[in-house]
Amino acid sequence: MADFDLIVIGSGPGGYVAAIRASQLGLKTAIVERELLGGICLNWGCIPTKALLKSGEVFEKLSHLADYGVSASEPKADLEKIVARSRGVAKQMNSGVAFLMKKHKIEVIEGAATLEKGSPAPKVVVKLKAGGERTVQAKSVVLAVGARSRPIPQIGLEADGERIWAYREALVPKSLPKSMLVVGSGAIGVEFASFYRALGCEVTVIEAIDRIVPVEDEEVSKAAQKAFERRGIKFRVGAKVTKVSKSKAGVSIDLEAGGKAETLTADVCIAAVGIVANTDQVGADKVGLELDRGHVKTGPHGETNVPGLYAIGDCAGSPWLAHKASHEGIHCVEHIAGFKSPNVHSPIAGCTYTQPQIASVGLTEKQAKDQGREPKVGRFPFRVNGKAVAAGEIEGFVKVVFDGKTGALIGAHMLGAEVTEMIQGYVTAITLEATEEDLQSTVYPHPTMSEAMHEAALDAYGRVLHL
Amino acid sequence: MTDILMPALSPTMEEGGLAKWHVKPGDKIEPGQVIAEIETDKATMEVEAVDDGEIAEILVPEGTQGVKVNTPIARLKGDAAAPAPKPAEAPKAEAPKAAEPAKAEAPKPASAPAAAKAEGGERIFASPLARRLAAQAGLDLKAIKGSGPHGRIVKSDVDGAAKGGVAAPAGAAQPAKAGAEPRQVLSLEQMGIAPGSYDLVPLDGMRRTIARRLTDSFRDVPHFPLTIDLEIDGLLAARAKLNALLEKSGVKVSVNDFVLKASAMALKLVPEANASYTPDGIAMHHHADVAMAVAIDGGLITPIIRACETKGLAQIAKESKDLAERARSRKLKPEEFQGGTFSVSNLGMFGIKSFASIINEPQGAIMSVGVGEQRPVVKNGVLAVATVMTVTLTCDHRVVDGAIGAKFLQAFKSLLEDPVTMLA
Repeated sequence: MADFDLIVIGSGPGGYVAAIRASQLGLKTAIVERELLGGICLNWGCIPTKALLKSGEVFEKLSHLADYGVSASEPKADLEKIVARSRGVAKQMNSGVAFLMKKHKIEVIEGAATLEKGSPAPKVVVKLKAGGERTVQAKSVVLAVGARSRPIPQIGLEADGERIWAYREALVPKSLPKSMLVVGSGAIGVEFASFYRALGCEVTVIEAIDRIVPVEDEEVSKAAQKAFERRGIKFRVGAKVTKVSKSKAGVSIDLEAGGKAETLTADVCIAAVGIVANTDQVGADKVGLELDRGHVKTGPHGETNVPGLYAIGDCAGSPWLAHKASHEGIHCVEHIAGFKSPNVHSPIAGCTYTQPQIASVGLTEKQAKDQGREPKVGRFPFRVNGKAVAAGEIEGFVKVVFDGKTGALIGAHMLGAEVTEMIQGYVTAITLEATEEDLQSTVYPHPTMSEAMHEAALDAYGRVLHL
Repeated sequence: MTDILMPALSPTMEEGGLAKWHVKPGDKIEPGQVIAEIETDKATMEVEAVDDGEIAEILVPEGTQGVKVNTPIARLKGDAAAPAPKPAEAPKAEAPKAAEPAKAEAPKPASAPAAAKAEGGERIFASPLARRLAAQAGLDLKAIKGSGPHGRIVKSDVDGAAKGGVAAPAGAAQPAKAGAEPRQVLSLEQMGIAPGSYDLVPLDGMRRTIARRLTDSFRDVPHFPLTIDLEIDGLLAARAKLNALLEKSGVKVSVNDFVLKASAMALKLVPEANASYTPDGIAMHHHADVAMAVAIDGGLITPIIRACETKGLAQIAKESKDLAERARSRKLKPEEFQGGTFSVSNLGMFGIKSFASIINEPQGAIMSVGVGEQRPVVKNGVLAVATVMTVTLTCDHRVVDGAIGAKFLQAFKSLLEDPVTMLA
């Protein structure tokens, strides 16, 4: 006899949202969490980093006060208080999830779960935090166990909490390092680089690919690197790290770029070279779960090869983003409950909270070309946008990509202040299957930075107004 | 608890009739078991169970017409996979809960057709991209079922329609304007036939399809007939020889099989006749997929001999017999009667001398075959007797002009009058 209709393993933004939706659909639901409700996102990822980055941004603004005609004496950044604020924000979010679980009558089982063979779904054996073990059986089980920072032991890139940090250590520094090397220029790497640089740390980012933020459009990579360099961040691109060694005094990294070897040294180094799925810690092998390089192989609704077992979020593959996990969780649970959702395909946007910010959705110009979409591309820089000039936020631009044959909006790429808050305009447009005409005919409020989104759509068809 | 849904038996199927239930509440079923028969516009097909379990309830009674695809038609009890169910408290308590919100929130299927009303001021809900793709492909949004929120037509619906061949609007080039106004139909009473003086037989899927497709074709395709006489004494002699040879194998080649073979070969000799008109260009078909009209109870259906030009007479005879038999028992699969490039209709067995069939869109022509009978003929100025058969080719003038149709009939005639040439 099943104890529950559904057990969700992992309470990150994939798992806890899936549990809420399941409860809304009338499923008797339990959620298993080995550490903190809300998972990495709320406790050690998205949210606490945003708190740090906001502090960094505020501090950075202080050095430009004169630009705005104001002055203050001796701005100071107190790292301890900045970190304490970040932890407080995380704590608040974590309690919020606990409240939501209670409100939706979802039983929270605190402990580490492993799967064992069972029917109609695998059994879930939980090693309880409070001690002891509890075995629970449900009709369906959703794996939402997430992922963790990827170490590369072959070159010595393994977090030790002292000289080599992963995101956890980087979130709670005890003191501000004087200098720092960041290995990897994806979102996590450049966000930490941005924060520590804002507080005055000497930061060098090392990227193996020939451009930074490699998933972004090439133009964004180029402009972002320039913007970061203006703030004093240094970069080594196309650089392969061959060895990371640490000493009492700090770390040194050997790298090779363009056939030349170089050694960089700093107080600490942050490893930001991707993630590994946590599937190795839940007994995937015991139930014969099929994996692909550590990630669960899933069908369109998160189905796995094991009857009754589903997987969503980071542990089921890229993109490794909280909102993708939540979306998959909802979709999966609706499928389990037999709820027929309408045919809507929403793209997954990516947001990076550096100074300036990066936001993008859909295809890059190059991807569109490679797919033979004969893209029509429009651009608009913020430096000629009235609101941006007034706010002193003239860095960056908006770039849009339309399908040349159908006029469908297929991609958007932005660099600039608060573009992470603007991108959803394009996400909605793509979801509603908008064409250039819809975006061109939409009335954008003035004065806003979002007017640049309108202009970019006009520019793609030679109709730009303010250039 | 699992719902059994109305299946889509072909990519374009939107609804069907529930012809017959083979199970009743309380019956145990297992995967693969035939549980019902569904009548589509063309055929009756069996529905096999996917899951095992026990039928809890029949939701759509036998004989119901117009059941939309994906409508629940029956419900299974609990899941049979679970070990010996104790008095199933849990499932009972939970299942209805799970179902309720779904009912409350799911877009009502009924709202879709309502939303997609059309020109008379009411709007069709479709995404901007869907509208543009439909316009580019020359598809009529009215004919497309929306799968988006509240029945909104989205890109994938148009993509599906383009692939699955939803009818282009009548005058394909200009979808919006060319769609002719539906004809005003007076009631029988208005036309002087007293109520009660007749029985009304409800329209089934096949009758509706015949009515719609042939009305569209006859009205919109510029068609003309070409008639020619064939002497088939040579054919009859060849057929007698061939059947004597094949007797042991139990295959019997009919005159119509010769007609199928000869028409397929003639289509290869005059490929312009093996073509379809589309707004984007003339589709020149690679193979002669010859459809043969088969009269069945309540209508007719046209199963297809694929790549007929590549097949021998014995093979054609076997296939045509099998297709005709299965057509009559309504056991054809959609792919067996959808997508021919040419049709042959034969009413010779009823003594019909000649007739002109209506084109089966999108085919470029259809051949109507009359009876083979002894008739007086004049040969070299002398009256003689020959077995003569009259065939009529109805051509779509947009693809098959008079001369092309005539060339085809010439080729067909020489093949059929001298069947040995079919061996070449």
